Amino acid sequence: MSFLKIRNLSVVLRGTRHRLLRDVSLDVAATEVMGLVGESGAGKSMIGKAVLGILPRSAQVVSGTIEMDGVDLLSMDPRRRRALIGRQAALIPQDPLTALNPSRRIRPQITDRLVDILGWDRARANTRAEEILHEVHIAAPERVLGSYPHELSGGMRQRILIASAFAAEPRLIVADEPTTALDVTVQKQILKLIHEMQAQHGTALLFVTHDLGVVAKICQRLTVLYGGLVVEEADVRAFFRAPVHAYSRALLAATPRHSDPDADLTPVPEAVIAAVQDQVLAADRSWTHA
Amino acid sequence: MLDGRSLVKRTAGLRLWLSVAWLSLLVIGAVFAPLVAPQDPLMQDLFTARLPPFWMHGAEPGYWLGTDSLGRDVLSRILYGGRVALIVALLAGSATAIIGATLGLIAGFYRGWVDMVISRLVDIWMAFPPVLFSILLIAVLGTGLGSVILAIIVIDWTRFARVVRAEAMAQGAMDYVASAQVAGRGRFSTVLTEILPNVLPTITVLLTLEMGIAVIVEAILSFVNLSISTDDPTWGGMIAEGRVSIHQAWWVLVFPLIALFLTVLSFSQLGEGLKDRFDPVLQ
Repeated sequence: MSFLKIRNLSVVLRGTRHRLLRDVSLDVAATEVMGLVGESGAGKSMIGKAVLGILPRSAQVVSGTIEMDGVDLLSMDPRRRRALIGRQAALIPQDPLTALNPSRRIRPQITDRLVDILGWDRARANTRAEEILHEVHIAAPERVLGSYPHELSGGMRQRILIASAFAAEPRLIVADEPTTALDVTVQKQILKLIHEMQAQHGTALLFVTHDLGVVAKICQRLTVLYGGLVVEEADVRAFFRAPVHAYSRALLAATPRHSDPDADLTPVPEAVIAAVQDQVLAADRSWTHA
Repeated sequence: MLDGRSLVKRTAGLRLWLSVAWLSLLVIGAVFAPLVAPQDPLMQDLFTARLPPFWMHGAEPGYWLGTDSLGRDVLSRILYGGRVALIVALLAGSATAIIGATLGLIAGFYRGWVDMVISRLVDIWMAFPPVLFSILLIAVLGTGLGSVILAIIVIDWTRFARVVRAEAMAQGAMDYVASAQVAGRGRFSTVLTEILPNVLPTITVLLTLEMGIAVIVEAILSFVNLSISTDDPTWGGMIAEGRVSIHQAWWVLVFPLIALFLTVLSFSQLGEGLKDRFDPVLQ
């Protein structure tokens, strides 16, 4: 039984017929880690945003369903949807530098959700905030909670964001390229931390990334996107052994490997891109939405 | 040792304190004008007409900055005129800020048709020449302090609306706003807790600038005799009267000009200084 079930989701650029997501279907089981892979503009972040109800104004859902725990989000009244998403899901954003409000201290930025959505009192939310900061290996939670974001390092802020995402024990977390904005040494620690937290809390994770190496490390399944179209959906082991789609194979060949760091990297061949673009066009031809 | 950074910080602090000092002086002088003013600002006495300021030959004690052609004490009139200037700065400035910033926040965060309406309104509004517009408004509303304040609000709200809208748009695109919405925040509450606090430094700077502008506009209107009644001292009115007798008594023109200049300068420096000091992002 999948916790998140997306069926035939199409999103267009508002006011046009240009599709940003093309009949995307996707399942994420409870406690599963699903990787969303693709190049820039493939629509991977768009899926995460659609699930969390934070699509930019320029994007508009035109068809499909997003079911969370068996409830269709898109047909819900916005207020109830917000409350449901707030209880069930959370976001680990990409850039820790803009993901915390610079004019508020850390404490309310973690506890607000606990008070607003779970109806906890401030004292209980505070205790929880300290506890969860401990979990992400922050040594002096009390001091950090009283700080403003600009007083903390990028790695520290990303830890806080991870803690904050897990604080209310959501059942699904969307991680939108959570390591892209960090430097390489910190990236590794943060990835390990997300992995550790996910395993401990048994949270389903939708992990958006363009890095297949990261997928290999923490995901159980992955979905490859091109131009808003699902190209391949596979078990991670099977995928790395033998990707089915030509585009996936080319993508894998373009990824550096630990086992052979000196091997030549092959850019995705133009023929493969042409083929997958044809597939995208074919999908649009058979798209009947008015 | 003084490195460049702390030097910058120190001069910024100095700037803040100097402007605070001048404005406090002005506020105290205005509030306690009846106590501190050496003379009755309205009392005319042709025997003391055109007395020079205290350091010049022929000055009389008690008339520190001299008298005008009707024998009225310049210092006392500046103090009483400060009352009008400050009331206008405070009321017109804050009302303009509240109205303009509210509309700007709404337009910048909610976007869509609300933004369309507000932005077009701002565009049209800003196409009117402001001085002409204010004179026209006063002509319609009639002279008086209330009309002056109203005219400033009606003309200048666009200044806030435009800047705050742009700022709210920029803040609205930040990840922390998305995070707050995922965490179940309603839109209105998002504006109050996430957007407004980050736009506040900008509003503060604009507000102090606006107070300076309000003082100037009041001076302009009283210069052309469209502010409050001519008997009551205003800086603009004093400048207008001083202009006539500049060859015989330059002090009647120069002292209110200095007061006006320092006040407007202090307001703008106060805003910059406050921003440097309290904007968490700049620290």
